[in-house]
Amino acid sequence: MLVLEQILNGIQFGIALFLMSAGLTLIFGIMGVINLTHGSLYMVGAYAAALVAAKTGSALLALLAGLAGAAVAGIVIELVVIRRLYARDHLDQVLATFALILIINQSATMLFGRQPLFVQMPPALARSVTLLPGLVYPLYRLVVIAVGLLVALGLALLINHTRIGMLVRAGATSREMVRALGVDIRLLYTLIFGLGALLAGLAGAMAGPILAVQVGMGEQILILAFVVVVIGGVGSIRGAFYGALLAGLIDTLLRAFLPGLLRQVMAGSNADALGAGLSSMGVYLLMAIVLLVRPKGLFVKQS
Amino acid sequence: MSSEAIVQSTPVRPALALRLLLAAVVAALLVALPFAAKAFGLESFTGLATQVVIYAIAAMSLNLILGYGGMVSFGHAAFFGVGAYAAGILYFHFADRSAFLGLIPGTDSLLIAVLAAMLVSGLVAAIIGAFSLRTGGVQFIMITLAFAQMLFFLFVSLETYGGDDGLIMRRREVLPFIDTRDAVTFYYLCLAAAALWLMLTACIVRSRFGFVLNGMRQNEQRMAAMGYAPYPYKLVAFIIAGMGAGLAGALMANYLRFASPDMLHWTKSGELMMMVILGGAGTLFGPLLGAAALVLLEAFLTAQTENWQLPLGIILLVIVLFSHGGLVALIRRFVPDKS
Amino acid sequence: MTAPLLDVQGLSKRFGGLTATDAVDLALPAGELHALIGPNGAGKTTLINQLVGALAHDAGSIRLAGADIGHLSVWQRVHRGLARTFQITQLLPDFTPLDTVMLAVQARHGHSYRFFADARRNRTIREEAAHYLDQVGLSGRANARVGDLAQGERKQLELAAALAVKPRLLLLDEPMAGLGSAESQQMIAQLAALKGQVTMLIVEHDMEAVFTLADRVSVLVYGKIIAQGSVEDIKANEDVRVAYLGEGDV
Repeated sequence: MLVLEQILNGIQFGIALFLMSAGLTLIFGIMGVINLTHGSLYMVGAYAAALVAAKTGSALLALLAGLAGAAVAGIVIELVVIRRLYARDHLDQVLATFALILIINQSATMLFGRQPLFVQMPPALARSVTLLPGLVYPLYRLVVIAVGLLVALGLALLINHTRIGMLVRAGATSREMVRALGVDIRLLYTLIFGLGALLAGLAGAMAGPILAVQVGMGEQILILAFVVVVIGGVGSIRGAFYGALLAGLIDTLLRAFLPGLLRQVMAGSNADALGAGLSSMGVYLLMAIVLLVRPKGLFVKQS
Repeated sequence: MSSEAIVQSTPVRPALALRLLLAAVVAALLVALPFAAKAFGLESFTGLATQVVIYAIAAMSLNLILGYGGMVSFGHAAFFGVGAYAAGILYFHFADRSAFLGLIPGTDSLLIAVLAAMLVSGLVAAIIGAFSLRTGGVQFIMITLAFAQMLFFLFVSLETYGGDDGLIMRRREVLPFIDTRDAVTFYYLCLAAAALWLMLTACIVRSRFGFVLNGMRQNEQRMAAMGYAPYPYKLVAFIIAGMGAGLAGALMANYLRFASPDMLHWTKSGELMMMVILGGAGTLFGPLLGAAALVLLEAFLTAQTENWQLPLGIILLVIVLFSHGGLVALIRRFVPDKS
Repeated sequence: MTAPLLDVQGLSKRFGGLTATDAVDLALPAGELHALIGPNGAGKTTLINQLVGALAHDAGSIRLAGADIGHLSVWQRVHRGLARTFQITQLLPDFTPLDTVMLAVQARHGHSYRFFADARRNRTIREEAAHYLDQVGLSGRANARVGDLAQGERKQLELAAALAVKPRLLLLDEPMAGLGSAESQQMIAQLAALKGQVTMLIVEHDMEAVFTLADRVSVLVYGKIIAQGSVEDIKANEDVRVAYLGEGDV
């Protein structure tokens, strides 16, 4: 039962990773921009939701605030900075968004302090349900999983059955082709960026009651989302989905069980520290193996 | 012009003398710096200058792959940190009278520590490079970042070597006949290392290997069509760069008498990239200027405000968005190097 | 009869549902200048890319002087004597033409893992590179910046870099494209001068150039070779007229 519970935890973490990496992979795929502030949008979503939740006590308002906050922040960042970077090389994009992270993180520290915020679980969801005899699981986490799956389904429909989706698919293989189609690229880019911001905000808002909301939370998940994008393949939503679940499961299961296994062969505190470290490395090792076998990612055609 | 004439005409550089003069002036200033600091009662400035010189080595090494080779590595701090830990761990086992993995005894010799750091960093760079260079573009950036983060977690989890808190060295490692504990002496030591690395870089970028590397940056397809395999050249450059960062890391660990996971943090990689860009990527002296600019700017801002990252971020953002070619390009406006 | 220098058999390549190259057979005896013509989208550049190894083929074989090179990478094939030029020039913008050709010469000489001596001061390589620049008429611009070269000069540089490899077989992908008429005439003269020394496969839309230069011509339509023969044969071929020449401006 403990294993099943940890598998659910892994899926839930995978969902958060998926929401982050879906936006990232779209932005890389369509716009060719490497955007480090994606983690900041996650943080903005988390802070906006946490503050509104604390003020109003309404989970729905908090969620809306998280979405709106991230979307607004995303669009402002796109208009003010990212827009100037489309024609630049990746290096300038990395450095400009790196500078933005410094600005955003320091501003957040000045506004909200260094103490992490803790968010109350929405009362209606603050209970556990019995899934199987012996398997009791928090309802909130189940809802997070459900929301994530719904979003994944929605994205799949969007990508496969709409005009925007067609452009997205075309753009992931050939940016020139989309330009040649006479599409208003600026608008498409802003839309894609806004969508990515919205997904990051959703992930951040939902993370509030599970994690501590604090400065730097964005970068932790950002780097893991990068790994997911590499595993799944740049530009592939499907790759982001399966890659995120895989990474979420591996990370969670290693964290849950590796220290215990190590404790059989070494002293307790050392085993815990080494176990934690090694399980943090697990996802990166997975990435290395994927790179060996399929350098372009699991769900992208290798040429 | 006949083919004979092309061969005869060596590239004319009227400003070469001026540039050499500029380099000599900078070198003289760097050598004179501790005395000036002492004369003005600003002894702490020597420490700051030591940091500048050490970061300059790391930035120069990154510049070899980033500026000359066109590889945007976002994980260079990993090699810096590995070098620092190599020196720190050797000292730890020396003080502890134990052996690394029960096999390798510790040492307090700075020379051995530095060589070991370069060796280990080069080895780590070979492994990371072998994986990362299978891809390019955006993936390469993300992968180098991810591998650096992986090593970060590795060092955080090594309780024996201080884990999260880092590894303190009670003293600097020593050299025969040279007092490494003296701040000024240690500064000159680092300055000499930086000068050596600068000369090495100058040789490499002009050599046949550097010629090929520079071509790879500009167009890999063209290089392949002329018979060059991109992967091995890039990997060798990546390893050399890793060794340079390892050297810098070992020196930094000795300067601070401290090695910590923060040295491998992704923000450190970002700072190293900033130094290269700030000074001018693909130029010999750019990283030195960039390291000086960033270290001094950070020192100045931290003295002014607790929230120093805000102005730093704004300044860096403006520089990236509106400058091209960094400080070296700015200087070249006044001292042109082309006829 | 001696074996052909280039012997391609049954070469095929599919992209999803699209057949880019359909069982192409092509044999070039040493010394021949062979032209490959066909309408846009016929798969000519795709075929070149398969011959040089930039694209993997699905089926068939490629032999150069009897040796199977189909599994070799681009740079390995270069060392076997296969050089190419690009339709859209692929050059090193920050270098000079002299630098570029020196790199090509250096690749042939080997020894590129040398870290100390100044590569540009190597007199042997410099002289050899200057010779190739002279051959294509680019000596006057040897120390210009490649990024500043005119289109015609870039095409000349592509040719010089390819010649510096000392190829046995030279694949030229639309060497006249984008050239003015004077430049085209110059390029035709240069290729004519090379004829017989190097075996060449030339993809070209400029029919005047093709009919002036070629020993034999192959016509590629939808990835398939529909006709092959001397210039006169091709001019007279009814299928070719219908499929290609008829709709063109010849």
